[in-house]
Amino acid sequence: MSAFLTLYRRELELAWGRGGGALLALGFYAGVATLVPLAIGPDPERLTAVAPGVAWIALALSALLSLERLYERDYEDGTLDLLALGPVPLTVVALAKGLAQWTAGGLPLALAAPVAALVLGAPSELAPLTFVTALIGGLGFAFTGGMGAALALGARRGGVLIAVVVLPLFCPPVIFGAGALEAMASGLNWTPGFAFLAAYSLGALALCPFATAAAIRNALS
Amino acid sequence: MELPGRGVIRALEVGGLSVSRGGRTLFAGLDLRIAAGEAVALTGANGSGKTSLLRAVAGLIRPDAGEVRFTGAGGTLEPEEARATSLHLMGHQDGLKTGRTAREELTFQARWTGASDAAVAAAVAQLELKPLLALETRKLSAGQRRRTALARLFASPRPLWLLDEPFAPLDAKWRSRFGELMALHLADGGMVVAAVHDPLPVPARQAAL
Repeated sequence: MSAFLTLYRRELELAWGRGGGALLALGFYAGVATLVPLAIGPDPERLTAVAPGVAWIALALSALLSLERLYERDYEDGTLDLLALGPVPLTVVALAKGLAQWTAGGLPLALAAPVAALVLGAPSELAPLTFVTALIGGLGFAFTGGMGAALALGARRGGVLIAVVVLPLFCPPVIFGAGALEAMASGLNWTPGFAFLAAYSLGALALCPFATAAAIRNALS
Repeated sequence: MELPGRGVIRALEVGGLSVSRGGRTLFAGLDLRIAAGEAVALTGANGSGKTSLLRAVAGLIRPDAGEVRFTGAGGTLEPEEARATSLHLMGHQDGLKTGRTAREELTFQARWTGASDAAVAAAVAQLELKPLLALETRKLSAGQRRRTALARLFASPRPLWLLDEPFAPLDAKWRSRFGELMALHLADGGMVVAAVHDPLPVPARQAAL
């Protein structure tokens, strides 16, 4: 347990510390959300209709940003050898890194999501659900993304490869998350979409660390 | 330097090991046996498989054939556990993040390998790292970085050291100082397998690849 916390804390420091990865992701998020009214015009009615969807697209894209950093740097500087020979199995290493990725990147983005949705004209009663779905979706993004990052280890142009591998895996949370918001906005039952989103993220939390560990082992050998 | 008791490696046995990289066989049928207190200097041309042998012993590379066996006081040990608790692998790279201070990196590496804070402080004194601790690792020279990375060998005592050209970046003073520390480690029942191009500063068997 102490090894898990040691690694988790280090990952948080790396994400938040010099380099400011989380702030960058927030800035990127704001940028994407700002592009939308510029692209589709300032008509409030149209923007209100797309606000939840835009919030989710921006979330998925921002979640991609820090993935390359997640394993590639440890691979390049030799830290991954040390992690592989550590006191806990690589699966637990992947779990700690994924949870830290979620805390450092997913949480700030989840806080930004309702702000972006409101600015684009989404009704204010949507804000709490936007935050909660973004937070839960971020868990799925962190773990499926971590798996993609581990699969791309050692590849040239790894960052682009990660995006290509991972974006299809980001589809279900975007569908269910934005769907739940859409349903609530139009007065329908939003719980099924929410339940599928939670199921997907929990599934990713449970399964992706094993795949990630296997991919890391493969990259190291 | 007291070595931990549980699951401690007393001997390492490599039997009939074959490793290939990228479709090319590096070595085949390699046998090697090291008991407590012994050092082995792996020599061989560039690309002869010294690093691969070290990584195969550490379990990072799966060999084509053969096995690596760790023996403790009570017989053969479970390899996964033996590797996680009683060996250090020091590769070409020092595993230090450029944006962080030597203190942060050293503390993480030592804690991750199970060292106490007191042991870290002792290792810092042993390797005279104090003036470097507050610096970002990118500001350190190659030799200073290597010393920072070597500190975990002393902060977290483990019997088997797998060292990949450990002396390369060190200056003359630190080569001889690290040689003395290596001799102490061997006297305590430790084992060293080092890939080197120059002779080891401690009595060692040669194993040519």
